[in-house]
Amino acid sequence: MFGYANPKRFMELSGRLLPWLGATTAILFAAGLYLSFTAPPDYRQGDTVRIMFIHVPAAWVAMMGYGFMALASLIGLVNRHPLADVAAKQAAPLGALFTALALITGSLWGRPMWGTYWQWDGRLTSFLLLLFLYLGYIALWNAIENEVRAAKAAAILALVGVVNLPIIEFSVQWWTTLHQGESIFRRGGPTISAVFLWPLFIMAAAYTLLFFTLLLVRMRTEILERRMRALALAANA
Amino acid sequence: MAAFFVMGKYAAFVWPAYGISALGIVASVALSLRAYRRAKTRLAALERTVK
Repeated sequence: MFGYANPKRFMELSGRLLPWLGATTAILFAAGLYLSFTAPPDYRQGDTVRIMFIHVPAAWVAMMGYGFMALASLIGLVNRHPLADVAAKQAAPLGALFTALALITGSLWGRPMWGTYWQWDGRLTSFLLLLFLYLGYIALWNAIENEVRAAKAAAILALVGVVNLPIIEFSVQWWTTLHQGESIFRRGGPTISAVFLWPLFIMAAAYTLLFFTLLLVRMRTEILERRMRALALAANA
Repeated sequence: MAAFFVMGKYAAFVWPAYGISALGIVASVALSLRAYRRAKTRLAALERTVK
């Protein structure tokens, strides 16, 4: 894996990979949206069940993105690899976006189903904390001018924030909540019908690939910008 | 077709959820691509002047 971790090889490889990744993402979105809107209304939730197809994937990718960011931060800290820092830094705005989308769509689902847009319970509060962790991480990068020091400080914040992931995951078991419990990856199989599982999984795949497609584009941008800064420094010296 | 837009009685929740998600996703795609293209042109210009 680290063989590809030098910026030049990363640019080559990601350049070749991106058109395919982008096309696959687009196809998955087309199929996922088609299935999302042709699925029958749920017998209890009615058409609001369609919100699930965009809410759950956004929430999954928001958490997966944080895990990715923390892992990249750890590699950046331990191996001092600049590409890992770039990956972590560029994952943060995407993670923040998906977290915000999960919160907003969840709120729009909660109003008709629970009777409220918001509830200060374990799941919702810990998810809001996830958004603040992402925003804090981004702010820390912006606050420290020196790239190496910024990467280190931000990485430590990212790693401390990892404790929030199991809190989100188990919040629906630990505390009473309006949010439903685990209904997909549970012992005894999912409690959701296949007509809803298919659009859900395809949308989840689309969201995940979108995250990595945009991550590669953003990492490429950052590498070009770093090259620019290095060139400008060399020219001024 | 009309039933599709009405979404049972939940149009006021389903459509904004999809609308905001689409907006967020399209904006992030557009911004990421624009930043990449800009960086590429600026770097090319810089490389010309430095050489």
